Amino acid sequence: MADLPLDNKLLQEYAHGFVTPVEEELVPPGLNEDIVRTISRKKGEPDWLLEFRLKALRAWQRKTEPHWAAVDYPPIDYQSIRYYAAPRRLSAGEGMDPEILRTFERLGIPLHEQQRLQGVAIDAVFDSVSVATTHQKILEEHGIIFCSFSEAVRRVPELVRQYLGSVVPPGDNFFAALNSAVFSDGSFCYVPPGVRCPLELSTYFRINAAGIGQFERTLVIADRDSYVSYLEGCTAPIRDENQLHAAVVELVALEGATIKYSTVQNWYPGDEQGRGGIYNFVTKRGECRGARSRISWTQVEVGSAITWKYPSCVLRGDDSVGEFYSVAFTNKRMQADTGTKMIHIGRRTRSTIVSKGISAGESRNTYRSLVKFLPGADYARNHSQCDSLLVGNRCTANTFPVIESENPTAILEHEATTSRISEEQLFYLQSRGLDPEAARSLIVNGFCREVFQQLPMEFAVEAVKLLEIKMEGSIG
Amino acid sequence: MNIAPLLEIEQLHAGVAGKEILRGLDLQIYPGEIHALMGPNGSGKSTLSNVLMGHPAYEVTHGTIRFLGRNLLELPPEERARAGLFLAFQYPVAIPGVTVARFMKAAVEAVRGREQVRAAALLHEMRETARWLEMEESFLNRAINEGFSGGEKKRMEIFQMLLLRPRLIVLDETDSGLDVDALKIVARGVHRALGPDTGVLLITHYERILNHIPPHKVHILLEGRIVKSGGPELVAEIERRGYDWLRESAAATS
Repeated sequence: MADLPLDNKLLQEYAHGFVTPVEEELVPPGLNEDIVRTISRKKGEPDWLLEFRLKALRAWQRKTEPHWAAVDYPPIDYQSIRYYAAPRRLSAGEGMDPEILRTFERLGIPLHEQQRLQGVAIDAVFDSVSVATTHQKILEEHGIIFCSFSEAVRRVPELVRQYLGSVVPPGDNFFAALNSAVFSDGSFCYVPPGVRCPLELSTYFRINAAGIGQFERTLVIADRDSYVSYLEGCTAPIRDENQLHAAVVELVALEGATIKYSTVQNWYPGDEQGRGGIYNFVTKRGECRGARSRISWTQVEVGSAITWKYPSCVLRGDDSVGEFYSVAFTNKRMQADTGTKMIHIGRRTRSTIVSKGISAGESRNTYRSLVKFLPGADYARNHSQCDSLLVGNRCTANTFPVIESENPTAILEHEATTSRISEEQLFYLQSRGLDPEAARSLIVNGFCREVFQQLPMEFAVEAVKLLEIKMEGSIG
Repeated sequence: MNIAPLLEIEQLHAGVAGKEILRGLDLQIYPGEIHALMGPNGSGKSTLSNVLMGHPAYEVTHGTIRFLGRNLLELPPEERARAGLFLAFQYPVAIPGVTVARFMKAAVEAVRGREQVRAAALLHEMRETARWLEMEESFLNRAINEGFSGGEKKRMEIFQMLLLRPRLIVLDETDSGLDVDALKIVARGVHRALGPDTGVLLITHYERILNHIPPHKVHILLEGRIVKSGGPELVAEIERRGYDWLRESAAATS
C-alpha cells in the first residue's frame, strides 16, 4: 500500500484539553500512612473504611509495580503525586463552583436539573470528588441508590461494607492496592431485587488539577433479577507531564441479574512525540455471583498515553454469562495493553469475547486475555474473536490469548485476524466520491461495528463520531 | 452541430508494474452515446477502466484524458466521481461492517453535495431504487458486498450508479457471470440512468450484453490500441470471425 505522508499531516487536536480555573484543596504530594489518614479524615469516614485503606496501603508497600504488559514508560515517582484534590468551594460546603458547571457543559454533560440529559442519570466526578448526581428523584422511586461513593458510605454503610473489596480485594494487584489506599470518590449503585433500572446510569470522570492522580472507585450491585446499564466517560486537560489514573470498578450480579457496563475512554493521549498523556492503569472486574446472572463489558478505548486494563468476569453462578466487547484505538505514540479475563467456575457458564484493535501512527496495541475453566465448570464454553487492523506501517499489534482448562467438557472457540486497510477497499470508496480520510474512517467504523452495536444508541453515535475525529490525520 | 465531447482520450499510453499495456489509445464519447469496447483477454480493457477511475497502481506514461473539458489525470479518484464519472467494477470488493445505507449516504453526500441531500428523502430513494432492481429491502442493512452472490454484487454496482447519477458510466465486464434475468435487470438500470447528457462505455468481451444495451459505436481493442471502430454490425462480425483477422491487420499497420 502506498505510504501516505503522516508527518506532513497535522494530527487531530484533543478537543477536551482545557483547564478549569478553580481553586482546589490539595493534600501535599506523597503517599504514606499520614496521607491516607488525612484523606479518610477529610471524608469523615468510619473506622472500618480507614482500616480497609491502611490494609491496602501495607499491601501496596509490599508489592512492586507490574511490568509484564507490553508498554514502556519512565519510572513513576509515586511520592511526587498528589493523592487528593477537591474544588475548595465544594469542600467548604458552599455549593458547586459555576466554573465546574461550565466545564461539564463544555464537555456536553449538563448537570442543571433543567437541562439534564434525557434518560441518563449522571454522577460527575471532578478530580477527586463527585460534584453532582442527577435524576435522584426518579431513581429513588424505584428504590435504586445511585450516588457518589462518599455519600454511599454515609447513607448505606452496611451495603458498602458488605461488597467493597469483595470482587477486587485491597491487595489484588499493585494498582488496585494503590487505589484501595487512596481512592477519593467515585460512584455507587445498588439496584433492588426485580427492578429494571429505567435510566442509563452514567459516571463522567474529569481530571483537572495538575500533578494529581485520579483514583476513583465504582461499585455496582445488581440484586436478584434486576437490570442496570451503566456508562462511563472520561476526559482530561492537555498537560506536558503524565498523569496517573488508577481506578477500580467492582460489579456484583446476584441471581438472575444483568449488568451492562459501557466505557468510552478518551483521556488525553499525549502529543506526537509521546509527551504528556494519562497513564490509565485500571482494574475492572465483575462477579456473576448468582445463577443465570450476566455481566457485559463494552469498552471503546481511544485515549490515554498508556492503557493497562482487563475488564474481567468471574462466572461463579451456574449458567451465568460474561461478555467483553472492546474497541481499542491507538495513534501517535500511544500504548494499549488491554483485554479480558473470563474465569469459569459455575456449570454451563458461557463467555464471549470480541476484541477489535486498531493501531495507527507509531502506536503499540496489545490484546491479552485469559480464559480459564475451573474443574467445576462442566460444559462451560467460550467464544473469542480478536481482530487487529493496522493503519500504516509504523505501528504494532500483538495478541496474547491464554487458555487454561481444568475441565474436559469445556468448549472453546478462538478466531483471530490481522489485516490492513487494502488499497482496493480505499480505491473502491474513493471511486464513489469519498476522500481517503472519510474512506478510512468508514472502513474502521465498519471493523468496529459488532462492538458499537453493544453500546446504548446515543453512546454508539458518540463513539462513531469520536473514532472519526481520532482517525483524522492518522494516515500512514 | 457543435457539441463538446464528454470524454476525449488521446494517444494514451499506460500500464501497471512497469509494463506498458495501453499503447496509444484514442477514443471520444459524446453525450447520449453508448460505446462498446470489445477485446480478448489481455487486450487492455480493465487497464483502461482502472486508468479512467484513477487506480493508484496504474501509471499513465503518455497522452491525455479530458472529461467534460477537464484534465482527468490531474484529479484523484474521488474528484473524478464528483465530476460525474462512474465505474461499475468487474470485481467489487467487500467492506465488512459498513452497511450499504451508510456508505451510500456518504457517497451521495460527497457527489451531490452535503447540502443537497436530505436524509429522509435519500432513504426513500434508496428503498425505491433497491425495489426497482428487485433487491430485498434488507439489502440496505447488509455490509457492502460481504457474502453477496455474483449477481448481487453487480446489482449493487447498478444501485450505486442510479443513486450517484453520473454523466459517464463505465461498465467493466458487468455482464460476466450473470444469468439472463440478472443481465436484464442490469440493462434496465443502465437504460434508466441514460439521458441526453449521459454517455456509456461498455467494456465486454461477449456480445450478449449488447443485445440488451445496443451500442451506437463499437471499438475493438487489441494489444493496447483500438484497431477497428464501427457500428453495431461489428459485433456480429466479431461473433462470426473472432479477433484473429483483426490481429493480422493490426500487425500490418503497426
